[in-house]
Amino acid sequence: MKRVRLVLWVPLIAFLVCLAVFAAGLGAPQDKTTKSALIDQPLPQFTLQPAMAGRPGLSTADFRRGQPMVVNIFASWCIPCRAEAPQLEQLARRGVPLVGIAIRDRPQDLAQFLATYGDPFRAIGADVDRRVQLDIGSAGVPETFVIDGRGVVRHQHIGVITDSDVPAIVAAWEAAR
Amino acid sequence: MIAETGLALLWLAAALSLLQLILGWAALRPGGEALLRIVRPVAVAQGLLVAFAFLALIWLFLQTDLSVKLVASNSHSAKPWLYKFAGAWGNHEGSMLLWVTVLAVAGAAVALFERRLRQDTLIATLAAQAAIGLGFYAFLIFASNPFERLPMVPIEGNGLNPLLQDPGLAFHPPTLYFGYVGISIAFSFAVGALITRDVGPAFARAMRPWILAAWIFLTIGITAGSYWAYYELGWGGWWFWDPVENASLMPWLAATALLHSVTVLATRAGLRAWTIMLAVVAFSMSMIGTFLVRSGILTSVHAFAVDPKRGTFILALLTLYIGGALLLFGLRVRHVKEGSTFEPVSREASLVINNLLLSVILALVFVGTLYPLVTQAFGFEISVGPPYFNLVTGPLALVLVLVMALGPILKWRRDRLHAVANRFAVPAVASALTLVALLVFAPHIGILPLFGLAIAPSVALASLAPLWGRNLRRTPLFTWGMVIAHFGIAVSLAGMAADSAFTQEKLVAARPGQVIEVSNFSVRFNGVEPVVGPNWTAVRAELQATRNGGSPFLLHPEARLFSSPVQDTSEAAIQTFWNGQLYAAIGQPDTAGRWQFRLWWKPFVTLIWFGGILIAFGGLLSLIGRLRREHRGKPVSETEAETAGNPEAKAATA
Repeated sequence: MKRVRLVLWVPLIAFLVCLAVFAAGLGAPQDKTTKSALIDQPLPQFTLQPAMAGRPGLSTADFRRGQPMVVNIFASWCIPCRAEAPQLEQLARRGVPLVGIAIRDRPQDLAQFLATYGDPFRAIGADVDRRVQLDIGSAGVPETFVIDGRGVVRHQHIGVITDSDVPAIVAAWEAAR
Repeated sequence: MIAETGLALLWLAAALSLLQLILGWAALRPGGEALLRIVRPVAVAQGLLVAFAFLALIWLFLQTDLSVKLVASNSHSAKPWLYKFAGAWGNHEGSMLLWVTVLAVAGAAVALFERRLRQDTLIATLAAQAAIGLGFYAFLIFASNPFERLPMVPIEGNGLNPLLQDPGLAFHPPTLYFGYVGISIAFSFAVGALITRDVGPAFARAMRPWILAAWIFLTIGITAGSYWAYYELGWGGWWFWDPVENASLMPWLAATALLHSVTVLATRAGLRAWTIMLAVVAFSMSMIGTFLVRSGILTSVHAFAVDPKRGTFILALLTLYIGGALLLFGLRVRHVKEGSTFEPVSREASLVINNLLLSVILALVFVGTLYPLVTQAFGFEISVGPPYFNLVTGPLALVLVLVMALGPILKWRRDRLHAVANRFAVPAVASALTLVALLVFAPHIGILPLFGLAIAPSVALASLAPLWGRNLRRTPLFTWGMVIAHFGIAVSLAGMAADSAFTQEKLVAARPGQVIEVSNFSVRFNGVEPVVGPNWTAVRAELQATRNGGSPFLLHPEARLFSSPVQDTSEAAIQTFWNGQLYAAIGQPDTAGRWQFRLWWKPFVTLIWFGGILIAFGGLLSLIGRLRREHRGKPVSETEAETAGNPEAKAATA
């Protein structure tokens, strides 16, 4: 009889456990994006050919020169990338060194894109088979990473950079110095 | 004016639900008998008031009254009227109003039509329903007011999420909600019966039609939702184990178990505590589902705008209602008498196994759905996807379906193993032959689809067995209902297994003029053209397909871009054949002038939803059968009714 009585309270106890989990879930920050596993990890080794003739390419060594940098992953065929062009200009005007990784792009398309929407990049690497993009932990375009002077990934921004995102990226870049 | 009237109606309804609760409580106190007769009319009035409030909201949406915040943020004047109408529940506040409306209308229906339940239990039930209503009214009025005005009237509204702009979806949420929230009746019945200590066969017979009605709506809602996801999302799948899908599946699993355990209670007076528990669990799953979706703590394609404050509010309601019901259960259920016993080989035993399996599947889905929350609480993030759910629920579901096939051919109380084996011989042979045929002709299919396909014929045959040797015209409607519903499960199972075993997929980037081969179809890509809809523009591809060189037909998959709000959707083109569907979806163009296409040949996939319709139809027949029998007032004992036409079984129960 004693045992039977205890069994009757099992549902209530199970429910209370669920409640605790729910409450913990509610308390947690509501951030649902999948972050790169490389945050606070060094960049993987890569060397990218220049995306356009006469411009420098990009390799891991470029990120280890003591200066924090912002790398923008984009493509000329990516329509949202057009929308963030003014914000990239804004970052460049504030003195943030920008480099780009162009995903599956062709030089003539890229030249056209940069001529139309502006070219704030110091260097652009061509990631023809998306391997570097995936290694960095980026799932789509556009994405933007802040890398510190020792080549360690410090911040990731997924999606279009809107006006209101600019201060956070500048702050992350300042913090990486 | 309309918005203010709507809000006033809502306040009035809330006040009536408080009155209903207090009156119900007072009526059950010693000396409160005089109040018993007032509770029913109050419940009906409450239902009417909310229904009118809901109509007011629909009116505002049809008028596109942009001074109302909800209309401005979810509607648009240039939207077809059907979507203005459906837009009323295509958002958080409106759908919560629908939620509360269904809750109150279900309570009103009980007050109007329930005549078999003991008077005091009925009053306690209505009081419990009012108590649930009260909390959700508060949530609506204080945290999700659908009638809120804007200080400034915008020139144009934001529009409805384009994924929801689909005729099927206009009616999917109301149907689902009738089941999802309608199952609250079972919860209130259980609470009422615990309060008045009235858990017995008569109570079970009274509760059964209500469970059945909610279950029918839930079945239709889930089936329709699955088909919507299939053709609208353009991924070619029919179930994604998305948290919201799970939120509708879990109450269905609990309600299905309840439907069967309540039969044991009604017929053999057994499984009393268990039935009460399931009734509480079924609606608790609905409430937890609502919480998971509305608080935004789980990511989902269905999630509305996320507001943690709302989450906290619903969490408080959950604690109050589910915690309260389980507390009452713990305190009271020990006073419930245990029912009659039965042998391990009997219909009761098969129903108990059915219930256990359903509960285990429910628990596994529940754990899988909440797993991301648990891991997050312990600091690591992991997502639990379809592989987990398929792996853990698939084998159990197959066993469950087999037990379901056996159940109806077993006798109540006691049966003999060799007699059962005899009765199951024909279905077993059918399955064995299918299995051998599959192993010979299609050796590469996965183990789950293999067994699914092998089991389906025997389940189909066995589910027809209760009709064997009977005068079909004199077979009660509810027996027909059971047979058709079980047959529907077999049909659905065959569809699911055939789809996962034999689907052929092609993902290609094609230039105009190129021919794509999938299964025995050749599909020629003729080109793309722009098209304009009422509130969208699209790229429409023309595909000319022939099967085995037969007469050609055209498919027009579209990639739509909606203007308000801006969003892409994919409109798949689907051609249905008797033995499957050819499914085409268009993706992105590349820089070389090629377009991405996904083409699928999905054999017998339509059986999945056809089975779902059969299941719901069986439920409907069963409901009509039960109601007709009671209407005629036949004093037939359940046991006799169930075993009519089976003299041996009659002798066994005598």
